[in-house]
Formats: sequence, C-alpha cells, structure tokens
Amino acid sequence: MSQTTETKETPFKPTSPNSKLDFASVWEYAPAPESTSHVEIKDRYELFIGGKFVKPSKDRYFPTINPANKEVITEFAEATQSDVNSAVKAARKAFKGEWSSLAPKTRGKYLYRIARMLQERAREFAVLESMDGGKPIRESRDVDVPLAAAHFFYYAGWADKLEYAFPGKTPEPIGVCGQIIPWNFPLLMLAWKIAPALACGNTVVLKPAETTSLTALKFAELIKDSGLPDGVVNIITGAGQTGAEMVNHEDIDKIAFTGSTAVGKLIQRSIAGTDKKFTLELGGKGALIIFEDAAIDQAVEGIINAIFFNQGHVCCAGSRLLVQEGVANELIGKLKDRMETLIVGDPLDKNTDIGAINSGQQYDTINSFLEIGLDEGADVYQSKCSIPDTGFFIRPTLLTNVSQSKRVVQEEIFGPVLTVQTFRTADEAIQKANNTPYGLAGGVWTDKGSKVFKVGSGLRSGVVWANTYNKFDPTSPFGGYKESGIGREGGLHGLSAYLTLK
Amino acid sequence: MSEHLEVLKTYKIYVNGNFPRTESGRYYKVFDSEKELLANACLCSRKDVRDAVKSARGAFSGWKSRNAYNRGQILYRIAEMLESRRAEFEKQLSTIGFSAAEAEADVNASIDRLIYYAGWTDKYQQVFGSVNPVASAHFNFSLLDPTGVVAILAPDQSPLLGLVSLIAPAIAGGNTCVALASEPYPTTSILFAEVLNASDVPGGVVNILTGKKEELAEHFSGHMDVNAIIYTDTLTPEMIKMIDEQSTENLKRVVKKITSDWYSSEAQSPYFITDFQETKTTWHPIGF
Repeated sequence: MSQTTETKETPFKPTSPNSKLDFASVWEYAPAPESTSHVEIKDRYELFIGGKFVKPSKDRYFPTINPANKEVITEFAEATQSDVNSAVKAARKAFKGEWSSLAPKTRGKYLYRIARMLQERAREFAVLESMDGGKPIRESRDVDVPLAAAHFFYYAGWADKLEYAFPGKTPEPIGVCGQIIPWNFPLLMLAWKIAPALACGNTVVLKPAETTSLTALKFAELIKDSGLPDGVVNIITGAGQTGAEMVNHEDIDKIAFTGSTAVGKLIQRSIAGTDKKFTLELGGKGALIIFEDAAIDQAVEGIINAIFFNQGHVCCAGSRLLVQEGVANELIGKLKDRMETLIVGDPLDKNTDIGAINSGQQYDTINSFLEIGLDEGADVYQSKCSIPDTGFFIRPTLLTNVSQSKRVVQEEIFGPVLTVQTFRTADEAIQKANNTPYGLAGGVWTDKGSKVFKVGSGLRSGVVWANTYNKFDPTSPFGGYKESGIGREGGLHGLSAYLTLK
Repeated sequence: MSEHLEVLKTYKIYVNGNFPRTESGRYYKVFDSEKELLANACLCSRKDVRDAVKSARGAFSGWKSRNAYNRGQILYRIAEMLESRRAEFEKQLSTIGFSAAEAEADVNASIDRLIYYAGWTDKYQQVFGSVNPVASAHFNFSLLDPTGVVAILAPDQSPLLGLVSLIAPAIAGGNTCVALASEPYPTTSILFAEVLNASDVPGGVVNILTGKKEELAEHFSGHMDVNAIIYTDTLTPEMIKMIDEQSTENLKRVVKKITSDWYSSEAQSPYFITDFQETKTTWHPIGF
C-alpha cells in the first residue's frame, strides 16, 4: 500500500479488454488501524510459576520489539536453570495434589472457563498478537484467537470422555509436560499444547518463543483469573538455553515441541536413552499441485492463502507450486496479477494482507534465501507494492526457473516466497511433491474427485488440502510424516500424545 | 536297507523374495539345547542391511496399495502355510529345548496371531480413522497410512512367536519390513521365511536377516531409508541410547515394547498396527 492517502480524481476506466486493475494507484484504501488504546502492556513481565508472577532468579530481562516499527514493546524475564526447576516443581506438586484428585468433569469446566474468558478478551489478545509478532490484525482477529478458544472448547469436552477415545485401553495422564512453542502462532500453539494436556489430567510448563512471549503472559493473567489450581500451568520465558534446560530436566515426563526440524532433531537427540515421551511438530515444504482441469481463479486464491498467510511463517505453508504445463502461463500470469493487489504494511491496519516479518533474524534468513535463489539461477518476481520504510517487510515473491534439486526448492524458507515448477503427469507431480525430506502438508487443485483421491493418497504428508489450503480446526489431527515430525495434535488422535494407554 | 545319511540344511537369509547368502561371507555357529552344533547361520553385514532395506523400500508402494481385503487374505495364507508345516516347526523348536507340548503351543499361538492380524487388515482403519466435524464448509477425514520401511529387532528368546508377533502387525498395516532374526536361535526364524515365500507375500515385503544385534542395530537405526524401528527385548542402556540418537537423523519412529511373554494378551493388539501408521487428514470444500 502506498503511504499517501490522497484519493485520485479520475475513476478507473478500462482501455482494453486486457487492462488490469491497478489497485496501488487508483483505488487507495484509507488506513483503518485497529486501536491499541485499551490494551494494557506492562513495562516488564515476570515468570508465571505456581500461580504467581515471580522474578527470575538471575534478575535478567530481555526486550521484545514490534517488528513493524522496531520499537520496544516490553521486556520478558529470562528463566535460568533454577527457575526451570521451580516451575517443574510447581507442576509436579500440582500434578500429585489437587489436579489429579479433581473430577474429570471439573477439569473440563476449567477449560471451558478458560475458553470463554479468551473469547471475552479476544480483541485484546488479537491486538497484542499482531503488535508482538507482526501478523495482520485480520488474521490474529479472525484466525488465531478464535481458533485458540475453539481448541480449549474442544478439549474441555474430552476431559470426562477419555475412555471413548482409545478402544480397549485405559487412559492415564503422563504427568508433567514440558512444552516449547514457536513464534509464528504464539497463542494458537499455546492452545494446541495446553488444552489437550490439561484435558488429559497433566500439568504443564510452557515456554513461548523469545520474540513472541507477550500473549502467553497475558494468558497467564487469564489463567490466574480463571481460578485454575496453582501450578497446573506454568509459563516461563527465555531463549534456546531455557528450552534446553526444560528438555534436559529429569522430572519432566514429556516434551512437546513445535518448531524447526533442526531443533526438533536436537531435542530428540538430547533425550535419547531416557524414558521421556515426546511429540515433534516440525518444518515442511508443502507442495501445491494445480491440474489443468482446476478452477484456475480459485486455485490462484488458494495459492495466495497457502504461501502468504502469516507472511509465509507457517510450517505447512504451500511453498512449492507445481503446475501442469498446459495452464502454467495462464496461472502464473493470474498469480502475478493477484500478488500486485496484496497490501503489505502495518499489521494493525485492517486492510493489511501481509504484515511484518517476525524478527530481524528471520528477515535476514529470507533475504539470504533470495540470494541463494539468484545464485542458483532462479528468476525473481516481486510484487511492486510499496512497503513501509521502518520494520521488517518483504514483498510477496515468486521464484521461477527453479528445479527440484535447488536449495530454494528443498529447504524451508519460512517467508512469503513461492517457488514455481511445472509437471506433465499426475505421477510426476506426486513424485516431485514427495521429493523433499519433509512431509507435513500438500494441496491438490482439480475439478475431478477421483483425481483428488488418487493424488491425495499418493502424497506422503500429514495433511492434504484439496481445492483449499491452510484450514485448521480443533477436531482435525495435524502433524507430519518423515522429517516433519512425530505425533499428531488436534482431534482425538491428539489426545494420545498426553496419555499413557494401559 | 542302507543307512540314510541326513542332509543337513544350509540356512540362508531372505531378501527380496530370494534366499541369498550373506555378502560378507561370514557365518556364526548355532547350537542346540545340548550345546551340539546345529548349523551355521549367516552373519549379516551392513551391506546385507542396505540390500534388505532397498528391497523393502522397493516393495512398499505396491504392498501399501493392495487393498485391505487382499492383505488380510495373504496374512491368512501365511497361517495356512505355517499350519501345513507345523511338524517341521515343532521339530525345530524341540532342538532348542522346547518340550513337545511347548512347541505345539508355540506354533498354535503363532498361527492364531497371524489370523488375528489377518482379521484386522480391513478393520483398523474403521476403528482408528475418523471423520472430523469441522466448524466450516469442508468435508474432512483422517485416515491411517503406513509409515514405510520398519526395522524389527526380533526377540532373542522367542524365535517363532516373537518374530511373527512383530512382522504381522507391521505388514497388516501396509508397511514393509526388515527383521533381524533371533540371534541365538536363528534357524527357526529363518525357516519362517520359507513359509512367507510360499504364501503369496510379494518379494521384499518381509526380509529376514540373521546376525548380531550388537553389530547390526546401528545400521538399522542409522539408515536414512528406514522409517521406524521396534525392539522388544531389554537392551543395554548404551544400545538404547545409540538407537535413539541415530534415529534422530531422519526422525525415525522408535517403538519400545518390552515384553517377554509372547503368549499374553498384551502381545497382540491393534495398537501394534497403529504404532507404524501416520494419520493423514484430508480437507475438501463443500459447495456447489
């Protein structure tokens, strides 16, 4: 979006049938920023342990910035080993004490209460999520927060029905769960982790990502308000070292991690030889397969949603476009046109389609992948939209002229960057789609139902979206094949990660 | 009547539907319960593991695409073949110290186990798959999909029933596997390959090697084309750590189900099938 708000006098007049709509210069949207006035942000946030906010033992804090303007929002406590110890101790005490003796339906009622409180404060959480993480308010308001509440509602109902989930087995809680979540969906990932863990009768120590801890600490306030017994949920902040202390802690029974494949492997390695259970939700390189018989305009919308949702900071993002040769030119042309209409800018503006890259580090990573793409001979197409001068912004990007073995095709970029390849037969598409170490998600666009089933069953990935992409729901199991992870979250399948089946 | 000199059988390994010797040319001595030499068995090497995994990978897509009914028929056929050769297996088991009654019970249990899993092939999907009631205009369902190539470290002390109890659920669910036979009693285990070979199981779906767990476990756990590994014996802490660590390289699913009582009801369960399944969730919009 252009920075000027002045409207043009002349209305748009098509001059030929091939004229394109030029949103940037003809139809300006007036800025529509979401107000932040009633959102309260403290100067500093402490750790939430045993139902209380406590100072970190070493008295160290680190700042968090708004990636859209690089201004410091607040600061978080850095939890060191002794803080991790006290959090685990609080969780263990709660597990042995009040929490395990509660009637399952009461456990469920706490979760219902949390779900409702989250809905009541939805706007506050959405604003904070966009300020801290850089995602468009449209997404945090319409996707992240409602889905997070929906997860609590969904798992609340399981608390007293667990014996129906696993035929022939008696489910028992595991104990203390250490949960480490990423920066791309801070509140949603918190809900994915905490809701099923609590429904199954476990207690948790959760560590949000260091760049996006704000909503987790707001959530800690909400936990306090909900009256949940002390120590059932503990939230500690810090970076990788804090996470490592959790992973290596002897009194944690289970590690649940969502993040990069590299860190997932490190975690699996450091708990090797122990009895700790673990689930890993890791990276991906999702393929979008567009057949000639697909509804092309709908496919274009699907692609836009697949790769540019949350700036492409999505582990299941559709980052590899595979398009059947006959429609490649038409589709790519339409895709470029559609990309030109995307508005990149202030995350808090309700018109914004693509917000800020989450951190300086990720901004550099994405740019270095663009360099790699150029070195590998790729053609780079970027939307001509204007982007703000301050903050971390990257224009929606297409990389064409790439082949299967290139790094930009094989490795996860985690940004608004789509590679484009073509294929001739369905078998070739399936082969190319499966030809990465990942197996998290894939998308198929075709008008033919039988083709959807054939191609979908050939994809080695935990999620297949047919004629749609990036849809989530608490009732649906989500997770990866191959190096995209181990275990499932969501649905009744997601319960098994938090139970011992006897 | 002239005296009949018994033909001693030379045991080989089972890879890709064939019975080759180990490429290593090495062997180890196998003794009966009287400590008498029973046979020489192949001492497989890393190359044998690689060949077997390659064959299992090659067979995977064909086996996984067989329909559930057909996989059930083939599992039942294995049971039929085992039944028809029960005398041979009972004799084999007696050489390693099973009493006649024990040997008979072991063969019976092995046959029953195969039939148990034959019956599950077309049911586990119905029990463990789901249609998910999402809050949007989509049809959305979760199916189980086999994880791929499974490495099986078969139990030492149960050369037939233990082996069958691990192979059957893996292949019932559409996986292919490479099993390392019981180290002290490989002859009964490798004899089972002849049953498989006569049972319409496509070549490569089950591969059976003989040799030392101590030596070969790391080649299974470190192999980038093995998707899961299972063991049921109590292993040394060093070995467990090694398997866990090596498995991180390609995020192998490591399944530990420590048991020594293969007759117990806990030794058979549809959850042995789901151990080697991935859940795939498919979404499709609903509309005109």
